[in-house]
This record gives sequence, C-alpha cells and structure tokens, in this order.
Amino acid sequence: MNYHLATSFEEAARIAANAGGTTRFLAGGTDVLVQMRAGMVLPDDLIDLKAIPGTDAMTQLADGSWQIGVAVPGARLGANADLCRDWPGVVEGMELVGSTQVQGRATLTGNLCNGSPAADSVPGLVAAGATVVITGPEGSRELPVEEVPTGPGKTALNKGELISEIRLPARGDNAGDAYLRFTPRTEMDIAVVGCAVSLRLDGDKIVEARVSLGAVAPTVLLVAEAADAIIGTTLDDAALDALAAAASKAAKPISDKRGSAEYRIEIAGVLAKRAAKIAYGRAKGDNK
Amino acid sequence: MSKHHVTTTVNGDAVEFLADPRETLLDCLRDHVGLTGTKEGCGTGDCGACSVELDGTLVCSCLVLGVEANGKTVNTIEGMASGDALHPLQRKFIEHAALQCGFCTPGILVAAKALLDKNPDPTEEEVRYWLAGNLCRCTGYDKIIRAVMDAAAELREAA
Ligand SMILES: Cc1cc2nc3c(=O)[nH]c(=O)nc-3n(C[C@H](O)[C@H](O)[C@H](O)COP(=O)(O)OP(=O)(O)OC[C@H]3O[C@@H](n4cnc5c(N)ncnc54)[C@H](O)[C@@H]3O)c2cc1C
Ligand code: FES
Ligand code: FES
Repeated sequence: MNYHLATSFEEAARIAANAGGTTRFLAGGTDVLVQMRAGMVLPDDLIDLKAIPGTDAMTQLADGSWQIGVAVPGARLGANADLCRDWPGVVEGMELVGSTQVQGRATLTGNLCNGSPAADSVPGLVAAGATVVITGPEGSRELPVEEVPTGPGKTALNKGELISEIRLPARGDNAGDAYLRFTPRTEMDIAVVGCAVSLRLDGDKIVEARVSLGAVAPTVLLVAEAADAIIGTTLDDAALDALAAAASKAAKPISDKRGSAEYRIEIAGVLAKRAAKIAYGRAKGDNK
Repeated sequence: MSKHHVTTTVNGDAVEFLADPRETLLDCLRDHVGLTGTKEGCGTGDCGACSVELDGTLVCSCLVLGVEANGKTVNTIEGMASGDALHPLQRKFIEHAALQCGFCTPGILVAAKALLDKNPDPTEEEVRYWLAGNLCRCTGYDKIIRAVMDAAAELREAA
C-alpha cells in the first residue's frame, strides 16, 4: 500500500486519477481502517487529506451559509455553538456516530462517501439541503448531498474525483431541523431507521420542509411526498398522520437481524412524526 | 513496500520509528516504541482498549495509522503516573476494585482522564456516555463509574 499525504485537492485528484488499483481517501479512517483490518478493502493507494490547508476549518460566510472542511471530526462540529444553533439536526446526526473516540476522528464527508444507507449524518445533511463541492481532474462541480450515494458503498464520484467541501445553506429565520434514529441500544449501534426533518414557519404554518429517511432503502432518501404532507399545515394531528403515511410509503427496506421490513416501514412513520415535532419546536425557539 | 520514517512526541519524549504504512498507531506503539500498556481488544474501534490521546483528542489507536502520528503528540497510559505516584484515577480504580482482569483498564483510564481534563465535574450520566466506547467484560461497569466519580471529586478538592 502506498500512503500519500496530499497537500492540495488537485494533487489528491491527480494521484487518484493516475492510480491503477484500489484507491481510498483517508479522512478520519474510522471506516477505511476497519475495512482494511477485515480484509474487505485493501487499498493500493491511500490518499490522506488531512494535510490539505482548510480541511479542518468550519466557516460561516457573510450570507449565513457554512463551509465545512472534509477533515472536521464530529466532536468539533458539536463544540461549535454557532453551528449547533443553526443546524442542530445536522450536528446531532453526526454526534450519534460511534463513541467519544470515534467522534475524535470521524467526519461528515467520510460518513457520506462510505455510502452506508444507515449513515447517521446523511439524512440531516439531505434535509438541510446541503451540497458538496467535488474536485476532479476536469475541475470542480457541486452536487446536492442526496445525489452523492448511488447504492450501498457506491457514490456518484468518478475516478479521480473527491469531495473538497460540504456546504450548508444559511439557516434563516423561524426554522429548525432534527434527526432521530431508532436503535436497540442507545449508544454504539447502527440505525434500524433514521429520519431527519428541516422546516420553516410563517407564524404557526409550515412554509418549507424537507424530510429524509435513512436505512430503509439502498440509499438515504429525500421524500418530497412527506414534506408536501406538512407544508401549509400547523403540524396538527391530521398533518402528522399524513406525514407518517407518506414516510412509511416511501420506505422500501430489507429485513435483517436489526429489524424486519414491516417493522422498519412502521418505524419510519413514527420517527418522521417525532422528528417533525422537534424541528417545529426548534423553529419556534425551543432550545432542545 | 517502503517504510515511512515517523517522528512523534510520546508522553513528552521525542520518539522516532519506521512504520509500514499499513501498521496502526497501536501496532507502532506496542511493537516499535515498546509501550505495551495500550491494549488491542478488537482492532476495529469497538472496545476502546487501545485509547490514547492524539494532539489532545481521545482516539482509538487501532483506527489511526502509525504514519498519521508523524509530527503529532501522543499520550498513552504510560504517561499517566508521575514516577511512582499514581494518578488519582489509578488510585481510585484500585480502591474501588474497578478492575478484574485489567485488560480494559489502560484504555478506560486514558479515556476517563480525557473527560476530567475537559469537564472536572461530570454527572454520572455524562461519565457513562463518555465511556460508552470502552467495553469491560468483567466488572459490570458500576465500580468503574464510581471510581471515576470519586477521582473527579478528589481532583476538584485538590484544585
Ligand atoms: C466503533 C464504530 C462505531 C460507528 N458507529 C457509527 C454510527 O453509529 N453511525 C454511522 O453512521 N457510522 C458509524 N460508524 C462508521 C464511521 O465512523 C462513519 O461512517 C464515519 O463518519 C466515517 O468518517 P471517516 O472520516 O472516518 O471516513 P474514512 O474512513 O476516512 O473514509 C470513509 C470513506 O469515504 C471516502 N472518503 C473520505 N473522504 C473523502 C473525500 N473528501 N472525498 C471522497 N471520498 C472520501 C474514503 O475513500 C472511504 O471510502 C462507526 C465506526 C466505528 C469504528
Ligand atoms: S482495539 Fe481499538 S477499539 Fe478495540
Ligand atoms: S477488567 Fe476485565 S475487561 Fe475490564
């Protein structure tokens, strides 16, 4: 295995584009090293991104939007009070990833690019309308987060392409988001279902919403029908029931040892309701 | 397979070693630096026996490559006592019988110290969540939590 310490995204893209065998990028390494250890993925070229300037930075621009570096670990997101105030749902999704030790390393970008349908930070990013900037041999392009994973372990990145930044839009007023996952254990477990909701209010009425589900399909889903079920409502009981029905309908899970397909479909609706209530409360100014 | 020359500071001492890029920091500490206090339980980030601080952040050394430690500071269990004087956490673990086989103990001590350095007055719940990535097959955890709470109280009095 060749270990490369890239000093720019262009260099990292060049190394990846010219590499012949199995290539991996190294952010926190909490997926890569586990896969190496298991013999699942033995990279010929491993390209460490953490020496690239800016990869450890979180910046809020003048318009209120955020740029998150690709090497910022979960623990640092949680320690950023401004980010937690703007996007609590995004942060709480990432903070559910692993233990304190894993939080010291694991990144949003790694969680996204590993391509797990159960990745805990991805529904929050999708609901937030986050995008990624991709650098490749042909220059750079921007993609919505929901278009990055294309199947378990697969992404829309072409050979030589890598993510150079995550962008979160400006939060704006009267808005809130939330992520909930269901796991048998409260810590150190993989989501049976995950759900994130982001919404904006005008008075008591929801005027914008995005709903995302994890672990119920080959990729994390953006469920427009679930958002439509609550837009224009005050999140009354009828709207919550319609939301749950739309979320359950969109869920196309498999059955495995963590839960049957029927169970996951039911839980998708339950979590959507609960996450929507939390997001609504936050939009109203609740701090929880 | 070319080896990489790695320069680090381990428990305050400058340390150099040659690492195969596939070797973890845990392998390097144990096999090249000769510090075997850091243990390997799972090798996959699940048990916390390999916990160390890397540039002041608590990590699993089995999930860090040796080459990634180049130019960084590593603190291991060997750096915890001052000479023969045990750290209050170490003393309280003995007093409370917070270990049986002891395999998880170095990792838990390093992790608990990282918590108390950051938060000298944690609630029991905070201690339990902080240590959720440190598995112990022997003690049932209660004695560990009590030892950490007691050490925290003693450290606060001394401060
Ligand atoms: C004990 C343990 C518990 C865990 N618990 C959870 C959990 O509860 N929920 C959860 O979702 N995950 C969990 N994980 C999985 C893992 O921690 C997360 O997926 C993490 O966010 C991965 O981030 P990383 O920075 O460590 O990625 P890495 O391992 O560095 O990389 C992961 C993948 O992303 C690619 N990649 C990294 N950066 C880029 C980039 N800039 N551009 C393109 N590709 C890139 C790599 O090539 C690799 O394929 C756990 C892991 C462990 C070891
Ligand atoms: S050996 Fe590193 S977490 Fe178990
Ligand atoms: S004392 Fe044996 S594993 Fe903890």
